[in-house]
Amino acid sequence: MNNPSRPRSPHVQVYRPQLTSVLSFGHRLSGLFLSLGAVLLVGWLLTAATEAQAFINLNAWLGSLLGLLLLFIWTLALFFHLCNGIRHLLWDAVIGFELVAIYRSGWIVVFLSIALTLVTWALALWQMG
Amino acid sequence: MANGVSEMRDNDNRAALSRARGLGSARTGVHAWRWQRVTAAILVPLVIWSLASLIAVVGGGRETVVGWLARPGVAIPTILLLIALFWHMALGLTVVAEDYLHHNGVKIATVAVIQFGCLALGVAGVMAVALAIIAG
Repeated sequence: MNNPSRPRSPHVQVYRPQLTSVLSFGHRLSGLFLSLGAVLLVGWLLTAATEAQAFINLNAWLGSLLGLLLLFIWTLALFFHLCNGIRHLLWDAVIGFELVAIYRSGWIVVFLSIALTLVTWALALWQMG
Repeated sequence: MANGVSEMRDNDNRAALSRARGLGSARTGVHAWRWQRVTAAILVPLVIWSLASLIAVVGGGRETVVGWLARPGVAIPTILLLIALFWHMALGLTVVAEDYLHHNGVKIATVAVIQFGCLALGVAGVMAVALAIIAG
């Protein structure tokens, strides 16, 4: 099964990127990136519950330019993975599984995840004053 | 595994279908697939709730966060979120590792690290909520 001399397929780089394949790869990529965010979430909860100084340091880092940028990308990754995940669940229920519907829901996922990210950040910034 | 297949091909005159069946399902393949979907469905409302709830305390200090986390209405969904999240994460990362890592030893070691790591992170997160309840 692990014979390296056999040809491997698919050769992703010879295909023209399509919405379907880009979103499929994006689902995995956002999942990987969100895993890092999950580690941070546990770190944030643990330091909040135990170590005052570590919590202050972590919050200060999250408030820095790099921290805010990462948090913004994490928000976008979360909404994309959430919306596209719901799309996958609907497919599993054999809803919207025609090519036209697949492209339509793909674009809905793209615009909805961007819109939800912007709304969330607007709410968060407004809440913080 | 690689040797097993080629050996079988050499001294095996069974029909192709029979040979494929011999290598086939261990009858547990759908288990991980199904739990990936179940945890996904559970995470949909929990993630939306936690994001909305987090926004309310994210600017506050440590006292605000611990007090928020200690409330039953926050602690219970947060614990559920942590369990579903790290279960979902373990299943997802395992699939990615199995797809892209072709060396068997590396693959097995990576999957072990992923699954033990997710368990440890989930336990640590639940412990943080418990500590907040004790402190608050």
